[in-house]
Amino acid sequence: MENKNLFAETALRISGVNPKKCMKCGKCSGTCPNYDRMEYHPHQFVSMVEHGEIEKLMQSDSIYECLSCMACVERCPRGVEPGKLVEAVRLMQIRMQGQDRKGPRDIPEFADENVPQQLLMAAMRKYRK
Amino acid sequence: MQKIGVFVCWCGSNIAATVDVEAVAEAMKKEPGVVFSANYQYMCSAAGQKMIQDAIHEHGLTGIVVCSCSPRMHEATFRKTAEAAGLNPYMVEIANIREQCSWIHKDKDMGTAKAIVLAKAAVAKLRNDTPLQAGTSAVTKRCLVIGGGIAGIQTALDVADAGYEVDIVEQRPTIGGRMAQLDKTFPTLDCAACILTPKMVEASQNEKINIISYANVEKVSGFVGNFKATIRKKARYVDETKCTGCSLCTTKCPSRKGKDEFNMNLNTRGAIYIPFAQAIPNVAVIDPEQCIKLKTGKCGLCEKVCSAGAINYKQQDEVIEREYGAIVVATGFRPMDVSALNEFAYLDSPDVVTSLEFERLMNAAGPTKGTLLRPSDGKHPKTIVFIQCVGSRCEENNRRGKPYCSKICCMYTAKHAMLVREKYPDTDVHVFYIDVRTPGKNFDEFYRRAAEQYGVDYIKGMVGKVAPENGKLMVQGSDLIENKQVKIAADMVVLATAIEPDPTARAIGTMLTASMDTNDFFTEAHPKLRPVESPTAGVFLSGVAQGPKDIPETVAQAGAAAAKVIGLLAKDHLVTNPCVAQTNELMCNGCSQCEKVCPYGAITYIDKEVRGPGVREVRRIAQVNPAVCQGCGACTVTCPSGAMDLKGFSNQQIMAEVDAICR
Repeated sequence: MENKNLFAETALRISGVNPKKCMKCGKCSGTCPNYDRMEYHPHQFVSMVEHGEIEKLMQSDSIYECLSCMACVERCPRGVEPGKLVEAVRLMQIRMQGQDRKGPRDIPEFADENVPQQLLMAAMRKYRK
Repeated sequence: MQKIGVFVCWCGSNIAATVDVEAVAEAMKKEPGVVFSANYQYMCSAAGQKMIQDAIHEHGLTGIVVCSCSPRMHEATFRKTAEAAGLNPYMVEIANIREQCSWIHKDKDMGTAKAIVLAKAAVAKLRNDTPLQAGTSAVTKRCLVIGGGIAGIQTALDVADAGYEVDIVEQRPTIGGRMAQLDKTFPTLDCAACILTPKMVEASQNEKINIISYANVEKVSGFVGNFKATIRKKARYVDETKCTGCSLCTTKCPSRKGKDEFNMNLNTRGAIYIPFAQAIPNVAVIDPEQCIKLKTGKCGLCEKVCSAGAINYKQQDEVIEREYGAIVVATGFRPMDVSALNEFAYLDSPDVVTSLEFERLMNAAGPTKGTLLRPSDGKHPKTIVFIQCVGSRCEENNRRGKPYCSKICCMYTAKHAMLVREKYPDTDVHVFYIDVRTPGKNFDEFYRRAAEQYGVDYIKGMVGKVAPENGKLMVQGSDLIENKQVKIAADMVVLATAIEPDPTARAIGTMLTASMDTNDFFTEAHPKLRPVESPTAGVFLSGVAQGPKDIPETVAQAGAAAAKVIGLLAKDHLVTNPCVAQTNELMCNGCSQCEKVCPYGAITYIDKEVRGPGVREVRRIAQVNPAVCQGCGACTVTCPSGAMDLKGFSNQQIMAEVDAICR
């Protein structure tokens, strides 16, 4: 139970999302372009995070099927931002797999002027060796 | 020296459970000026009030402090009690030891200590009280109704029925409003025009009702019972007294590209037009933006064909100034602009329509004469998708729409779906919904009938995307019950669009100093107990101007507003609140700051000879109109020289209270 709460808190902290704002309208899943390939659909994602069922989500391929197109974030009438939750759970999973990110010292070898700053920052967070 | 009586109420156990009322009464006996102090179970009861009156007589009290509930609750009661015993009613002070003390404390010692402090403050204030006399002002026995939809019409009819004059000011060329545009009305499915147009005729024929159409209220000044409004009646370029409404001119006009507003711009009309066949007044109007004659000086065809000689290209706006005792706001609504919600492809396809447009497409007097045809190619749609909550129920400050539920959409969507299935049984009808909200008499039965008997396919879930593709509209949405994504190839999509207050409402609210909420709906004086009155005295609310509502609710509220108007107009004089601001002329430096902050426009500046010790000169000084002043105190805190003071809440009285609390 404690683990469950910790996971839920982490997902909410990383994403900054409040799933309680959801009014269960299904706009996110109605919008999702990759709906058919996802085991857990965006609206289920929100509901499962709300109920603390993060581990199931972390084990599911759904977190990699999400295209991060953020259409659900754009169109959610209540500003719940389901896409950010998916991203947060994905990050949690990646971080669980160990020291799977680039350190600041690894960065210079990638850095040339064509590489966007944002990519380097993302790599520090989640690039897998 | 005043002789003060203190009366501590138990309010049953409401106060007595957390405040030692005996101790409060005892403590008050030691306060200077207090000659009598007692406690009683229910001070507001007949026995409690008699106890107060007996004490006033017996001890010759000059003022009383009642330690009880909020003054909002019983200040008026105790003022009457005191007045009946021969006291000036403004020599009564209430110490609120219930809402501000007993109800919020658990510890009895703390509660008692606080109650004593509050009572001391009230006694200190009372020592500085002076008797005040309420004034009176006359009432102009005429009512102004802003907006001529069903709300305004009903209010006007009811007020006129009581024998008072009513002016309806309508911004469009005809009264009737949104209801005139509707096809059928839920849940009985009677035709909107059949029940509305008789009321419109009744209003126009009532000799007490004066309809000022194609007009706007430009300015309102004054106060309850004595408003003065400036109304601009726009030039129609047609003499209302001569036009017979034969509509010959409208068929001859060569400028045919005007958008037909009444038909939600679904077709075009001539530059001279009558909005619809049953318009009231049934008088043509020329759109100056479109008229060839008015723009180029050439044409004049309508003038030639008009046998009544009603056309007048030189007509000017008319400005009407009139006095009113009461004003009713019935400004109504319009559908929200949904073009920003681009996933619904409203701008991309003419076959995506709002519900009000759909009403016109179903209406026998509409652009398709009541046959349901797609706007794009004029074919019968075989599959129609209705989408609910478009623009409603969004997060506050969300660019996607309104935070509120528009209330009428669930029912009119059920109505549309049912009517389509009834008229065209071969049509597939799908309704995407988040919740179906049907609280109203016979409402849920109506919706169930649509689903069960008419075979309307209700899908719980929202539509995420509508894409025009090869003459079809590809609709992609959620089915949350079956946990699948559904894709429907539709011929038409109808958006149950959120409603928003008419865009003129904000300016009218400002003009009337009537408060509005963040969505531009007018605020009621009390959400439950005074739902048809604005907090601004003399201003009343009717219809959707106050919040989303359907026709039966609108008519009920319109009648309620009329009852309030009649109650006001029936009075010859109004008793004014004596607790108003006044200027100390010797101290006023004429800076105008109070005039700027006054929300009621009660302060004016005059040049006046001021006489005082060593002073005799003409100065610019502030003057308060006591009938307009609501006693809010904004001027008293703004005044840099301390010249403004509020009677009954003077700076001296407030400071005495503060001193008593801090002592």
